Amino acid sequence: MEKVTGAIKGQYDVVKARQEAREMARNLGFGSADQTRLATAVSELTRNVIQHASNGMYIISDNSDQQLIAIQAVVEDNGPGIPDIEKALEYGYTTKRGLGAGLPGTKRLVNNFEIESRPGYTKVTISIAKKRRYMR
Amino acid sequence: MKIPILRLKDILLTSIQVDLTDEEALEFQSDVLTIINNTEAKGIVIDITALDVVDSYMARLLNETASMVQILGSEVVICGMQPSVALTLVEMGRELIGVKTALNLDQGFEMVQHLIDERGS
Repeated sequence: MEKVTGAIKGQYDVVKARQEAREMARNLGFGSADQTRLATAVSELTRNVIQHASNGMYIISDNSDQQLIAIQAVVEDNGPGIPDIEKALEYGYTTKRGLGAGLPGTKRLVNNFEIESRPGYTKVTISIAKKRRYMR
Repeated sequence: MKIPILRLKDILLTSIQVDLTDEEALEFQSDVLTIINNTEAKGIVIDITALDVVDSYMARLLNETASMVQILGSEVVICGMQPSVALTLVEMGRELIGVKTALNLDQGFEMVQHLIDERGS
């Protein structure tokens, strides 16, 4: 099972994380649309860490089983936490100078989206998956 | 990483060929504005063929850059967006791209020329 992890400390880590996400998606046989969805979602989540929490970490792993090819990305930080998750997931809501499309946009791009947040800890877990095609 | 901005008569041409950090993207934005101001270019075509991720930050930055260029009195067209980028942007939310776009550099150049002619009349 393939896995990449990295610290999120600066802008360059956002670029690195999204490139690694794309590479894993490509290696596992996801098409260019899914590669771009995942890379974009990882870019949004890791940037959130830089903007709101200053540092954190990401784990991108191959979660495939016999039926599904799947990639999971976990992005976590020890920042202030999201006071109102429901509000943060509303399109157009923003606390910083953003479009307010980051979190709700990310949610639309992936198959699974979970968020857990309290003061001092935020964790977002996303995944994309597709059915395995067997050779006959 | 400086992104080259070339001048062809009254029009500027630039192509983003690397994956930019947020800061590099901001630097690109200010370079575009400065060069338009210095050269008095009537329009600019920004090619994003090589950009394989346009997230909400980059989308906003491209939108803002386009507005700024227009406020300065010049025209802007973005060209060459990857199909999967277009798909992702629309899935994330339609408001993300409000800029004039063209399929490729050829059509982008024609479009910006047209916009310049329209402004002039």
